[in-house]
Amino acid sequence: MSRRTATRIALLALSVLLAFVSMAAGRVWVPFSDWTDPSDPHWAIVFELRLPRTILAIAVGAALGMSGAAMQGYTRNPLADPGALGVSSMAALGAVLTLYLGAGASQPWVIATAAMIGAFIAVFLLLALSGQASSIVTFILAGVILQTVAGAGVALALSLAPNPWAVNEIVNWLMGSLADRSVGEVQMALPLIVVGCGLLLLIGRGLDALTLGETGARSLGINMTATRWLLAVGVALTAGASVAVTGVIGFVGLIVPHLLRPLVGARPGGLLLPSAIGGAVLVLAADVAVRLTPAAGEVKLGVAMAVLGGPFFFALLLSLRKRIA
Amino acid sequence: MSTLGAHDVSVRLGDRLAVDKVTATFEAGTVTAILGPNGAGKSTLLACLAGLRKPLSGHVRLDDVDVLSMPPRARARRIGFIPQTPEIAWAVEARILVGLGRTPFIGSRGLSLEDAAAIDRAMAAAGLEALAERDVTTLSGGERGRVLIARALAGDPEWLLADEPLTGLDPGHQLDAGALFRAMAHEQGRGVVLTLHDLSLAARIADRIVVMAGGEILADGPPDAALSPDVLSAAYDIEARYVTGASGPLIEIVGRGR
Repeated sequence: MSRRTATRIALLALSVLLAFVSMAAGRVWVPFSDWTDPSDPHWAIVFELRLPRTILAIAVGAALGMSGAAMQGYTRNPLADPGALGVSSMAALGAVLTLYLGAGASQPWVIATAAMIGAFIAVFLLLALSGQASSIVTFILAGVILQTVAGAGVALALSLAPNPWAVNEIVNWLMGSLADRSVGEVQMALPLIVVGCGLLLLIGRGLDALTLGETGARSLGINMTATRWLLAVGVALTAGASVAVTGVIGFVGLIVPHLLRPLVGARPGGLLLPSAIGGAVLVLAADVAVRLTPAAGEVKLGVAMAVLGGPFFFALLLSLRKRIA
Repeated sequence: MSTLGAHDVSVRLGDRLAVDKVTATFEAGTVTAILGPNGAGKSTLLACLAGLRKPLSGHVRLDDVDVLSMPPRARARRIGFIPQTPEIAWAVEARILVGLGRTPFIGSRGLSLEDAAAIDRAMAAAGLEALAERDVTTLSGGERGRVLIARALAGDPEWLLADEPLTGLDPGHQLDAGALFRAMAHEQGRGVVLTLHDLSLAARIADRIVVMAGGEILADGPPDAALSPDVLSAAYDIEARYVTGASGPLIEIVGRGR
């Protein structure tokens, strides 16, 4: 059995295992023996409270992992990630604006749409700002600009917020979390994420060919305009829908493809699906860890991921210093 | 016999014409080398021939079809292209990189047996069997050059357009690659168009030589005619002689022009 197959099987097994743990673990530990009896109050905890949260963790993790892998493949840049390059922040800005204007409260799909529009604008600006050459430096700078603009927009919404309730809501948004998510959120985000991942899988061949640069890919018959559009819409759907239901969870798309590259190979198209499963594993594990961390309130998942991802990003940057300079 | 022709092709790069009303028809079964000083417009012309750059005016026809009007996948199956400064973005195995040459053929089911056979043939033709599992980013420049040639061969193209494919190869592998290009043209009836910088090598490999300077064609013909002292002086500002040695032609460069 090749290392590639072994890794895939291990990832799948790990995600299934963690999904069960995620439904069993929390303030109340529910042993598997209680799962089969619907009259047991524990049954409601597992299937009505924790199941949506587990499904969302899988969906959002897969969305972030795959969009990170796709962005890295397209830009030939291992530092690309919806969180690090401001795509998630722009999605959050979109969501926050609807919260600020009060429209988000009336209809959940308004938030999702606004978040996806924000993410879409971000991806397009990234591709436009970094240009054809897509050097690492211009790309990171474009990401910094987006991050700053989105941050400023959110800060403005915060300072102009009409009431403390709105401030509270916005702050909650900025720190991604899976706590207290219901079936409604699953129903909204899951189809969008599935479609988004489907679109991203379509460009796998194009991402492979881009290993040879844009001219190389075009000479192999890849339609770059179509690839760019599919990437932008795919990332907007996956990252936008994720932010709409969980807020900003960074670094998943950065960490997962990087860890998987030595295991399944660096071919970008072949990295898409493993990154989705890997992302699901990472978010599930982090969410369980967050729930089990003894603290007065629950540590926000976005914060935990940033604590984990910040040093990782730093180490990655150090290892890439030569290429960037 | 398949032909690939540029008709009145002009390309503007910035504020100058990189290619200025060039007309040249290339024939399958022939190795053609495009020579010329830096900035002569060789690479730009080659990109136009490959259908990867839209000329300011004029057109490029493969047989009777405008290359820009061909669907990209269909064009990629017929015309293989090796860019001048090939980028290899990820640390993939050599065999996987060569396999990218099958991109225009791959369906939704991934690599077929036919694809795998074509990849094996290309690897063998470029003498890469021993390097198949190696990470391309750990290969030397010349080895990488051979991987990229094999990548183009894997697509089994009717036309191979290669921008300085021999740069960075050692003399032995330059000869091997040259022999490979000649076999592709003479034995398999493909069209091969190369840009080169090494005059003697070009004289040995090519059946026909096109010398460009300032975006225009200065000379076009068999090596001994196209590489005359007058042409070399006009193109490169060098004094050089076309010498027929015991083992083949040689361009003896005497020095800078008068």
